[in-house]
Amino acid sequence: MNAPASDMTSVSDFIAEPYVTQGSTVIDCNVKKIFYGSFLAVRDSFVPIEKNKITAFIGPSGCGKSTVLRSLNRMNDLIPIFRFEGTVNYHGQDIYAKGVDPVVVRRYIGMVFQQPNPFSMSIYDNVAFGLRLNKFKGNYDEKVQKALERAALWKEVKDKLKNSGLSLSGGQQQRLCIARAIATEPDVLLMDEPCSALDPIATRQVEELMLELRERFTVALVTHNMQQATRVGDTTAFFSVDISQGGRTGYLVEMGPTKQVFEDPQQKLTKEYVAGEFS
Amino acid sequence: MATNPFERAGSSGTITRPPSGGELTTDSVFRGIAYVCAALIVVLTALILWELGKEAMPAISKYGLGFWYGTTWDVNKGVFGVLPEIWGTLYSSLLALLLGGVFGISIAIFLTQDFIHAKLAVVFRTIVELLAAIPSVVYGLWGIYVLIPMIRPGAEWLHQHFGWVPFFSTDLSGPGMAPAALVLAIMILPTVAAISVDAFRRIPYKVKEAAYGMGTTKWEAILKVMLPTASSGILAALVLGFGRALGETMALAMLIGNANQINLSLFAPANTLASLLASSFPEAGGIEVQALMYAALVLLLITFIVNVAGLAVQQYTVRKFEGKA
Repeated sequence: MNAPASDMTSVSDFIAEPYVTQGSTVIDCNVKKIFYGSFLAVRDSFVPIEKNKITAFIGPSGCGKSTVLRSLNRMNDLIPIFRFEGTVNYHGQDIYAKGVDPVVVRRYIGMVFQQPNPFSMSIYDNVAFGLRLNKFKGNYDEKVQKALERAALWKEVKDKLKNSGLSLSGGQQQRLCIARAIATEPDVLLMDEPCSALDPIATRQVEELMLELRERFTVALVTHNMQQATRVGDTTAFFSVDISQGGRTGYLVEMGPTKQVFEDPQQKLTKEYVAGEFS
Repeated sequence: MATNPFERAGSSGTITRPPSGGELTTDSVFRGIAYVCAALIVVLTALILWELGKEAMPAISKYGLGFWYGTTWDVNKGVFGVLPEIWGTLYSSLLALLLGGVFGISIAIFLTQDFIHAKLAVVFRTIVELLAAIPSVVYGLWGIYVLIPMIRPGAEWLHQHFGWVPFFSTDLSGPGMAPAALVLAIMILPTVAAISVDAFRRIPYKVKEAAYGMGTTKWEAILKVMLPTASSGILAALVLGFGRALGETMALAMLIGNANQINLSLFAPANTLASLLASSFPEAGGIEVQALMYAALVLLLITFIVNVAGLAVQQYTVRKFEGKA
């Protein structure tokens, strides 16, 4: 569970080398401190998200990777005791700046959650939900079909679009949620362990889907599965948890091209983690 | 005690053992009690129906179906019909359901969707539930002494200026449909609110996350996601509230005016089945008692139909929205 004691002495003021992206950056996330009440959950993490790439967040439980991901579209605002210090620049605009409506942020930066969470309405209405929300005027049927096709679900549901979204299996529900999220063609898609409730076949389908989505969207992915990061991640950010101060504070250890992070990690902790010495 | 076929499966140090004879006996005793309780409900209902039917039999055979659409209730002439009462019962209950439903669901939304602090919500909810503890007769008195004088100026104004609207076509002379429906709405409010609150509370957090994750505003999340998700529970709340309104007796007997007439006007006096029973029984004798028993059967049947229909609608929404067979 916990990081080995090897670099205990320096861990509390360790700050990862800032990762310089090669392409253009969509979200420039600079976390100074994230609090839940008085609990310091994440500190000093600079995580740029590159355009049309899949950025994978990996790390042991409690390292704050989900917290950072959810800070990228202000999902954490639902938790009253959440407090964010730092900046998240999205197309040059800090989404935590005063006067920025989180509702607008979430319309451009969509999200897929760990547990499939379709609405209790028909499959069609689930996918059309975002379209209606954004007052889309155009061919709904076409957009719904396209989103379901992209989510690799169309063939399975095309004859039962009127059935409830909740009547589908877990894997299908998750792909329905992906279709719902991409129907409005958001700019960025955040995926918080989207495969953790899925079996290997459904997982493989969702991973193939992510690779296709990369062509049009930018994806940030939290995963507990290191193989998944190597399979789909272009860039990998490795987070760890610092227990030296008596708390459990997550921080970024290393970020770089996935190949480099897994084959030639610069940090000892990263090396130990990707070698499976702790998880 | 049953033999244990896995006796030899346990290692020497095992502490697993089959349930003892005592445990098995407790099990069957408990099951037996549950069966008896369930059966008692059916037996009780059947007994009530049987007794009512027996008492009402002479009236049923004498008046037949004409009783349902007759509009006169005259003991001296021996003519009995309950159409005005059926109308009054349904009209007052529907009005109460409309008012109480809108208010009850709004209160449930207010209490569950992060408008106020959780602790304050508990206080509010307790106050709403306290409304259910107020005796019916107190509501009746409150209606006569407070509500009727309070709404009278407004009612007069509406009648004078909008008298051509059927709902305002008469003057409010005292007791009538409007005060009765208002008090009835307050009486079913706690039922509707409490059950709707539970329906909203049952919505998993992930549904809320999904809604806000799509970029909904708070209002859109509530209206387009939370409300449909809670719809089957809310329907159950409305059916229960309607059932309560149909059967409510004391407050209505005091407020509705006990007039045998069918009138759309909100300010006209009317009558309901339950209030007819309450006000006529004490002085009734002979054939009137039998007619009243028949009226009670009619009320029972209406309530039964409403409940079954409500249940059917609720089941339909569960199937349609939640995909359960």
